[in-house]
Amino acid sequence: MYPENFRYTKEHEWIHVEGDTGTIGITDHAQEELGDIVYVDLPKPGTHIEQGKSLGSVESVKAVSDVYSPVSGEVLEANALLADSPEKLNEDPHAAAWLVKVKLRAPAEVENLMTAADYQTYIGAEK
Amino acid sequence: MINKVRQHLSQNEALLFERSSPGKKAYQLPELDVPAVDAAEALGAENVRAEIEGFPEVSEVEAIRHFTRLSTWNYAIDHGMYPLGSCTMKYNPRINELVARIDGLAWAHPYQPEALSQGCMQVMERLELMLAEITGMDAVTLQPAAGAHGELTGILLIRALLEKRGNPRKKILIPDSAHGTNPATAAIAGYAVENIKSSSTGGVDLAALEGLVNEDVAALMVTNPNTLGVFEENIIRVAEILHRKGAMLYMDGANMNALVGMARPGDFGVDVLHLNLHKTFSTPHGGGGPGAGPVCVKKVLEPFLPTPRLKRSGKKLTFDYKRKNSIGRVKAFYGNFGVLVRALAYILAHGGPGLRNATMDAVLNAVYIRKQLEPYFDLPYPSPNMHEVVFSDDRQAKLGVRTGEIAKRLIDYGFHPYTVSFPLIVHGALMIEPTETEGKLELDQFIEAMISIAKEVETDPELVKNAPYGTRTSKVDEVTAARKPVLRWKPA
Amino acid sequence: MLDVCGAGSPEELFSHLPEAARLHRPLDLPPGISEYEIVEYFTRRAEENGIGYTSFLGAGVYRHYRPVLVDTVVSRGEFLTSYTPYQAEISQGTLTAIFEFQTMICQLTGMDVANASMYDGSTAVPEAAMMAVRATGKGRVLVAKTVHPEYREVLRTYARNQGMPVEEFGYVDGAGTLDLEDLERKMDDFTGAVILQSPNFFGIVDQVKAAAEIAHKRGALLVVIFTEAVSLGILEPPADADIVAGELQSFAITPSYGGPYAGIIATKEKLIRQMPGRLVGQTTDSRGNRAFCLTLATREQHIRREKATSNICTNQALIALMATVFMSVYGKLGLRELAEQNLAKSHYLAGKLTPRFSGKFFNEFVAKVGSPDAVNKALLKKKIIGGLPLGRFYPELADCILICATEMSRKGDMDTVGQVVQPAAATEAAEVLA
Repeated sequence: MYPENFRYTKEHEWIHVEGDTGTIGITDHAQEELGDIVYVDLPKPGTHIEQGKSLGSVESVKAVSDVYSPVSGEVLEANALLADSPEKLNEDPHAAAWLVKVKLRAPAEVENLMTAADYQTYIGAEK
Repeated sequence: MINKVRQHLSQNEALLFERSSPGKKAYQLPELDVPAVDAAEALGAENVRAEIEGFPEVSEVEAIRHFTRLSTWNYAIDHGMYPLGSCTMKYNPRINELVARIDGLAWAHPYQPEALSQGCMQVMERLELMLAEITGMDAVTLQPAAGAHGELTGILLIRALLEKRGNPRKKILIPDSAHGTNPATAAIAGYAVENIKSSSTGGVDLAALEGLVNEDVAALMVTNPNTLGVFEENIIRVAEILHRKGAMLYMDGANMNALVGMARPGDFGVDVLHLNLHKTFSTPHGGGGPGAGPVCVKKVLEPFLPTPRLKRSGKKLTFDYKRKNSIGRVKAFYGNFGVLVRALAYILAHGGPGLRNATMDAVLNAVYIRKQLEPYFDLPYPSPNMHEVVFSDDRQAKLGVRTGEIAKRLIDYGFHPYTVSFPLIVHGALMIEPTETEGKLELDQFIEAMISIAKEVETDPELVKNAPYGTRTSKVDEVTAARKPVLRWKPA
Repeated sequence: MLDVCGAGSPEELFSHLPEAARLHRPLDLPPGISEYEIVEYFTRRAEENGIGYTSFLGAGVYRHYRPVLVDTVVSRGEFLTSYTPYQAEISQGTLTAIFEFQTMICQLTGMDVANASMYDGSTAVPEAAMMAVRATGKGRVLVAKTVHPEYREVLRTYARNQGMPVEEFGYVDGAGTLDLEDLERKMDDFTGAVILQSPNFFGIVDQVKAAAEIAHKRGALLVVIFTEAVSLGILEPPADADIVAGELQSFAITPSYGGPYAGIIATKEKLIRQMPGRLVGQTTDSRGNRAFCLTLATREQHIRREKATSNICTNQALIALMATVFMSVYGKLGLRELAEQNLAKSHYLAGKLTPRFSGKFFNEFVAKVGSPDAVNKALLKKKIIGGLPLGRFYPELADCILICATEMSRKGDMDTVGQVVQPAAATEAAEVLA
């Protein structure tokens, strides 16, 4: 369920790092909690984001959730698929429905994040 | 079994645009008694539009049938109990509609000379005085157009006073049980919002408040009784804690229907409050407005009230525009006068004793519902309730049925749902406010319906989850509406 | 019921309130009165306003005939006594009517989307300004002096605490239209909104296109305000605007001494999520039938709380319904004919007076009369309420009135105005010369 090569946050985001680039998304657990997602608000390329700060938001019919960035860096690309098909985030949160790709400013930040095993324990406890 | 409803004929009806045909009309203008003017010449050819594409073209009969058919798809107070908690859906007396339409009032222009506006101004003055007496406050502005608008006015008043004292301060404290308009208002008034957690009994946590109030806090916005329908037992202490640090107590008057004639905010330390005339004073909600949100203040805030202020000099009323400390206008003209007329009519009809009786009936009705439903639904905050009662769906949720689904099933029984999932401090809230309007018969039918649904949850949860069944429109797909917004009609 | 509640009297249900917080005396209000006495009371008040006057006041509030159908529809309890349509299954009447309203406002204004209405025109202005500021990320607002003065006051009240400096730009003295050079001079890269009104406060059709170019060149949005909705029956819609905000009082809403009215905000597709207020959208029900519901609610205060696009909670549904019925009754042909009648009447009246500006006007205009007070006093003797003296809002126009004629203005009364005003103006002119 939760890919081993991702790292996870307590706010239910994931990041997949390849070189100095990270792909960020929200977890399957997060989409499940939110219910039917109707809109995704993402930053423009070039935006500087900070670890732990909001980078955008995800909306269901009656709720808005901030997406907190797992790392600091500069946005390279926002997933265009989500503008027209926000439902993809419910269907494929760990692959096709990634949110943004970022150029990492401090790759060491990733070390603070949870592994897949940690995250599964974490959401198990949260329940 | 279900004794309030059976199936009823309900007409289909297309949109106006779909039932239009070229050349049809429902109007007749008089013959022009002056020479016609060439539009292109008078306005400039470049400023004259082509025909309004898609605009309706229907006959008078078609128009009235259209809107009448639409109307039959609505539930309304005139159909029966409308127990929306926090909304105070009480009966709207028709006499109020009649007097608001009296020519000399309805056709009064806001700029007609003051000498020809004395009647309107007297209505406003009388209402101001009566609202001041009802709330125990010193001065009232009738300008705000709605509750949220009154909130903004009230917070701007506080800001103006604190600014005058040298420091507008930075924060507004808001309990986590508050209406969403409170934080949104604070933000527009330029304040940061700090949430304050409710105590275990659902009220303002005094220790938490003591800890939070400092020189940065401008005010606490509190609803009293709060959104659980519970009177803030420590309200006087709350006011003291704030005042000691130079902060103000703002009261959201959404729940004044529990207090009129029994207790007055001005007597328990409130500095400023807004009223919702469309709740407490019976002006019709009309499917979502218009309302009116008068703001009542203590003397110290009076200099800051919006311009203009009504002023009496001898027998004459005038408007005072020269008020140097005023926050300015919050709305053009003087307020939603037509709504003010209706509210005054309501107060005059009831009189002092009548208003007090209405309050007692409103509370009696809510307590009665609580006592009857307590065996069937969980009551997370057992403090004595006033005009409304908040249950949680804990017991039903264990069987897979949530408050929203119970609410939809209530429709099949012929009632409008209660308020769903609010206040936020109650998980799965069912917020019920009967108002004084309901007699025992309607209350008992409601209680019977709620008990019946509670039993259905146990025996046949799927039945409840797929409700409603008896409505013309079945469960509406709100997800698609939000994902692919279609916000206007377009020709196919 | 008291037994069930375990109380001996209804008062006992209040016994948990702290003593000091309770009211220990009856309210100092008179006892209740009967229906008959209520009618009598308000009839008296109406009489004190003066009976039998004809009015030529406009200035944001207009006298238009109200088709009988309007009150017939809005008096139906199903519309009058229902709440905000949260429960879509039993609110399709209100929801469908609002969807039709939103559509008609789009058709009238040339915008892509309109909300379910605002409190009124004046409060729609700051809401539109805040929208533009959010969308552009630029805080400064430039507003034309020819926007309704009270609307500008409301804008200032809202703007003061939001780091939203508001500055004004002027009008051209001869034409009464926007001073585009002044606008260009005052534009900078921090300006998020340029706000103008057309027809402007002087009744003059203004230069929307030219102002749009100036605003857009510097990355600001153009907000166009209207106070006289009937003008949209004949005037080119302000399609170059990014946001249109206005007042619908002209659409079968009685003047009612200043309210309740209904405002609108309409905009382009790309700004939908910056919109304040309620929106109704089309969808289907579980049986596949067309249905409507409130939508995009995540913009609003009950979900986003302090981060909402506005603190507005509801709309003016019943008033918007009046406008909807009005638009249906007049329809495509009627709104045009109504506008043409207004145009004819105001131009007839203008022929009897001395217009102060040369700009093209719709149904009101500024007339130079010498002493507005003297003229209005003379008119009152003939049971006519004259125009609005402008000195209060524009000291430079202290010798002028803003006067309006609608389809309800009769030729005979306009002739009287002409007769009264011209000699008065002439007398004053003579006095000045002497």
